[in-house]
Amino acid sequence: MAVAEQKNSPAISVSHLVRTFRSPRGIIRALDDVSFTVPKGTITGLIGPDGAGKTTLLRILAGIMAPDGGKAEILGFDPETQGPKLQRHIGYMPQKFGLYEDLTVGENLDLHADLHGVPVERRSEFYAPLLAMTALSPFRSRLAGNLSGGMKQKLGVACSLVHAPPLLLLDEPTVGVDPVSRRDLWEILTTQVRNQGTTLLVSTAYMDEASRFDRVVILYNGHVLGEGNPSDLMSNVRGHVFWVNVPDIAARRLEPLLSQVPGVIDAVGEAEEVRIVSEGTSPPSLPEDMKGARTKSLDPRFEDAFMLLLGQEQGSKGRRSFSPERLGWQNKKRGLLDGGVEDSIVIRDLTRNFGSFCAVDHLTFSVRRGEIFGLLGANGAGKTTTFRMLSGLLLPTSGELRIDGQDVLGAGVSNLRSRLGYMSQKFSLYSQLTVTQNLTFFTSAYGMTGKRQRDRIAEIEEFFELVPYRHESAGLLPLGFRQRLALAASLAHEPSILLLDEPTSGVDPLARREFWRTISQLSLWGISVLVTTHFMTEAEYCDRLAIMSLGRLLALGSPSEIRARARTEACPNPSLEEAFIALLEQENRARDAPL
Amino acid sequence: MSLLVIRILRLAQKEFLALLRDKKSRLVLIVPPLIQLIVFSYAATFDLNRISYAVWNEDPGLFSRQLLARFSGSKNFHLLRAVNSEEDVKSLIDNRDVLLVVHLRSTFSRDLLAGRQGSVQAIIDGRQSNTAMILMGYVQTIVQTFNDDFVTEHGLTPPIAPILVRAWYNPNLKSRWFIVPGIVGLLTLVISLLVTALSVAREREDGTFDQLLVTPLRPFDIIMGKIIPGFVIGLLEATAIILVAVFLFHVPLRGSVLALYLGILLFILSGLGVGLMISSVVKTQQQGLLGAFLFLVPSIILSGFATPIENMPRVIQDLTLLNPLRYFLVVLRSVFLQGAGVRILLLDYGAMAGIGVVSLVLAAHFFRKKIE
Repeated sequence: MAVAEQKNSPAISVSHLVRTFRSPRGIIRALDDVSFTVPKGTITGLIGPDGAGKTTLLRILAGIMAPDGGKAEILGFDPETQGPKLQRHIGYMPQKFGLYEDLTVGENLDLHADLHGVPVERRSEFYAPLLAMTALSPFRSRLAGNLSGGMKQKLGVACSLVHAPPLLLLDEPTVGVDPVSRRDLWEILTTQVRNQGTTLLVSTAYMDEASRFDRVVILYNGHVLGEGNPSDLMSNVRGHVFWVNVPDIAARRLEPLLSQVPGVIDAVGEAEEVRIVSEGTSPPSLPEDMKGARTKSLDPRFEDAFMLLLGQEQGSKGRRSFSPERLGWQNKKRGLLDGGVEDSIVIRDLTRNFGSFCAVDHLTFSVRRGEIFGLLGANGAGKTTTFRMLSGLLLPTSGELRIDGQDVLGAGVSNLRSRLGYMSQKFSLYSQLTVTQNLTFFTSAYGMTGKRQRDRIAEIEEFFELVPYRHESAGLLPLGFRQRLALAASLAHEPSILLLDEPTSGVDPLARREFWRTISQLSLWGISVLVTTHFMTEAEYCDRLAIMSLGRLLALGSPSEIRARARTEACPNPSLEEAFIALLEQENRARDAPL
Repeated sequence: MSLLVIRILRLAQKEFLALLRDKKSRLVLIVPPLIQLIVFSYAATFDLNRISYAVWNEDPGLFSRQLLARFSGSKNFHLLRAVNSEEDVKSLIDNRDVLLVVHLRSTFSRDLLAGRQGSVQAIIDGRQSNTAMILMGYVQTIVQTFNDDFVTEHGLTPPIAPILVRAWYNPNLKSRWFIVPGIVGLLTLVISLLVTALSVAREREDGTFDQLLVTPLRPFDIIMGKIIPGFVIGLLEATAIILVAVFLFHVPLRGSVLALYLGILLFILSGLGVGLMISSVVKTQQQGLLGAFLFLVPSIILSGFATPIENMPRVIQDLTLLNPLRYFLVVLRSVFLQGAGVRILLLDYGAMAGIGVVSLVLAAHFFRKKIE
């Protein structure tokens, strides 16, 4: 059948698309008058934080959800009325791709080939490039369930390409995937576009992936915030980005102060300086108390462009007024903790085996009081296992583990537990309980009662600005607020150590900034923070980083030390992500080389 | 109040809120058990009512009409039609139009007048053996009373050793008296299993279970926190069901309320224990639900709820000793119908308490094992 469109017409055109959902919180406009086009043979990125409407949009384009208003045309088809016809010409990979975990890699491919009617005799010809490209050939007979997260995503891409569709819709293919697999995945997708002329529409919440795209559409709260090619969007913000350095004020203290200065849209502390995005093209005038401030113009990043667009749209409304004075609640109580002990966490030769598999292999490091310590690594490097041992959810096979100078493996584990605050990436809350009920429960679990408990809850609700939401069920809160509540719950019992397991997964950049500002503040009061993350930009907030690979420590040091270790002539000033990938590759080469 | 008690009460409060703040789970806990109680109690009965039957009467005499009048006069029977040939009989039975055909030969009245034995043929659909047996009993009763009356009216010698039947505790052998107390046990089991079997799995899915384990709470505290709401909800629902049984279905409650509630408490304990044990080994709510049903179905069939345990093969009879519902049914029926007190039921109480404690200890063990 003839694909009914002109040669030069766009692959996708969307005009005035509207889609609403009914929820207990009222009607949500997931898509609110969205219009854009996607040219053929390009990679177009749909960038936006969680809840921006990306998934809804992709589902409408794939013809599995009907819009409430507006029109979409994709390869000349109307997805609303011609869904089945359209689906023969496109590949669609939803966020949770339906891999059958108890089928092998090969069987999964066969299944998708069957579903799309790919003739049996042509399959090997179709599979060969896909398997080569995804480096899955050696694993053809492995069960999909036994693949790593990154390999699963690659297999998902391979399955959606099995019928060689001219257009592919991918919903957040890189979420939860480590930097190395992420880079591989982008190479696969780029190759597909360049060699086969496939058109790709990919959604992502990672701002730093923008440079991968030919065009980007920025989605925020259901509407298009900006559209164009990434370098054009970045040139809009050129001249707005500066770093600021004030003698005598540490970056961590400076950042929240700067974010309150009129004319500053965004402030992020990085190493010794603070990056700011200014409303105008000159640095904003800084208040009196920042004497001797130096500023310098910087090259923009995509995230800066996003923040500028957002800042221009919103003004300062909707931003949390973050004043350090309000944080006074902690100072009066926490007379710097168990004096004397310098290291909050000491890990020595920590090992954990699962059967014959060694998940953590003689790991040794320590976290100082008041330090923000990042634990990084590819999927399966042993981060989660280490984390679970620290939080007491898993017993080590051997080794030593001390918290505030006390041996965890000895007696009194439940006594030590009240020193730990733990926040998991799922924001584990009782979704049926209200905000106050959640906090009441968690404080009770740590033994708080009576007036002290009530005061503490009131205090923490105020600090995290949860007061208006007090009587809302936790499950109905917006994601950013759920994250805030999860952090509040893990802090409510005044722990001296905070364990954060991918604490910002899925929340938008604004909420992420705010989150890190709170964390920085906590560390200034002497709370030690151990954090795992996939966002390399977040690793910049850490005082020190440990990079793990195959259960062992690969590198340990401050972000600038880590970057220095990966410095080469080809890449004199590597980003943390580049440094991370380089270190892992060095390790792989060392391992593959004969002894 | 000690800190431990407060912590456990807070845990229990959280469980209550989690169960009852959600409209759906609130409905699931309250509405289906009550509907099931009413539907089951009306539907699950061994009594036959309005049995369709046909008559094939070849006898023109008086006695055949007298006998048949006893059938048509009974509210248990409903005359569908009269037939005249064996073919008609066959088609009626084959098509399930009637369960019974009463056949009287042309000589019936003549034989009786002559002082000979008259014979009544009852043709019964034997495809549902249980119904057929009960039906046969009804027919025999009608024919028997006809015989007795005939004997007295005509001054004949009565049979030498007539049987006088007295059914103790249920004089009219109403099957509802037998079934409704059983349903009390069945529904209490369903509720106490469901409250707990899904709860840990739900927390595991939401990630809150890890969050619980990192607090200073110990497995014992967590288990206590989880069983308290189960007790309260189970007790309330059991009470509601008993009230319906007594006041709507007029099942007599003859024994002591103390004996009944002691049984209910221990039975809920064992149900919660098994539920928590399932909950502590499964990963998802779906597996929890499957596990609960895997336990529920055999425990109902092997409890004596419908078919007596004494009829089962020896091995299976031994297996039923592990089934808490078996003991609870004994308690229920003894207390309701027989008027039993605490003393005679001590063995059953002990068995349920044992199952409850062992399963709770195992559940606590599996919780701990997750960490190691």
